[in-house]
Amino acid sequence: MLEVQVLIVFMILSALIAVQAKDLVSSVVAIGAVGIGLSMTFLVLKAPDLAITQLVVEILSLIMLVRATIRRDLPFSTSGRWLFNTIGTTIFIAAFLVVAILALKDLGAFGAPGMKVSKYYLDWAASRPGNENVVAVIMGKFRAIDTLGEMTVLFASIVGVLAVARKNAKE
Amino acid sequence: MKKSGEKGMSVIVKTVSRLTLGFILLYGIYIALNGHRATGGAFAGGVIAALSFIHIMLAFGKEVALRKLHSHVMRMTISGAAIVFLVISAAVFAGMKIHAETLIPVSETLVVSGGLFAIFVALVLLSKTDRDAE
Repeated sequence: MLEVQVLIVFMILSALIAVQAKDLVSSVVAIGAVGIGLSMTFLVLKAPDLAITQLVVEILSLIMLVRATIRRDLPFSTSGRWLFNTIGTTIFIAAFLVVAILALKDLGAFGAPGMKVSKYYLDWAASRPGNENVVAVIMGKFRAIDTLGEMTVLFASIVGVLAVARKNAKE
Repeated sequence: MKKSGEKGMSVIVKTVSRLTLGFILLYGIYIALNGHRATGGAFAGGVIAALSFIHIMLAFGKEVALRKLHSHVMRMTISGAAIVFLVISAAVFAGMKIHAETLIPVSETLVVSGGLFAIFVALVLLSKTDRDAE
């Protein structure tokens, strides 16, 4: 697991550079480095499927960021309501940490296969009569629903974009 | 050589983009249709197809991309693919036996590629700074 630790340190350093960089282009490039490190981490942890998706989406978002955010000055206000902002941020960070501790207690050891959910899939698929191919059953019965939700979100955003960007839009 | 619009990059970039567009699109389709056997899947394939369109747009300038965005073929394709997928899901929910191993990845690839391209064009080309620069 040495590779994963090296990659995680690399990603943390890149994220710090992205926050601290004065130039916007350097910041965007550092964010891209974080994404590439995440993709390599997926590859080391033997999930090439996720690695491909992460790499491709990272390239797309990097192109979008470079093309869309450069030549734009960021409005950045530091004055006013600092007490409310500080208290709210502290409360949210504390809540996040408490939930994270509660969630991490239930996880198994790092690298151990969590078979709680996938065991149910396998048992359910094998118990159905007439289903010889377990992979096809899981694809059809479970992954199709997953894809349906994914496509619903994407289609809603597409409809919004096309409604805003249509040619004869009312001013 | 300025027939396809004065905007965009140089002639070398345009020629190379025109040659490589088909290969990138083909690779995206291959990734999408082989998702059940090898690594990849319909989402990654769709994003690769969207990247090929974005590649063409970056090389040829914004007029080509805006014409594609306003065309009815793209909207009809995206909406049709979404409806096809919805019908398949409803049929699977209802318990019908459907062999849609090809139709699911194809429709998801269409929705993902067209949608991400539309979102990219809308984010980049219709933003305020680009319009002011005109």
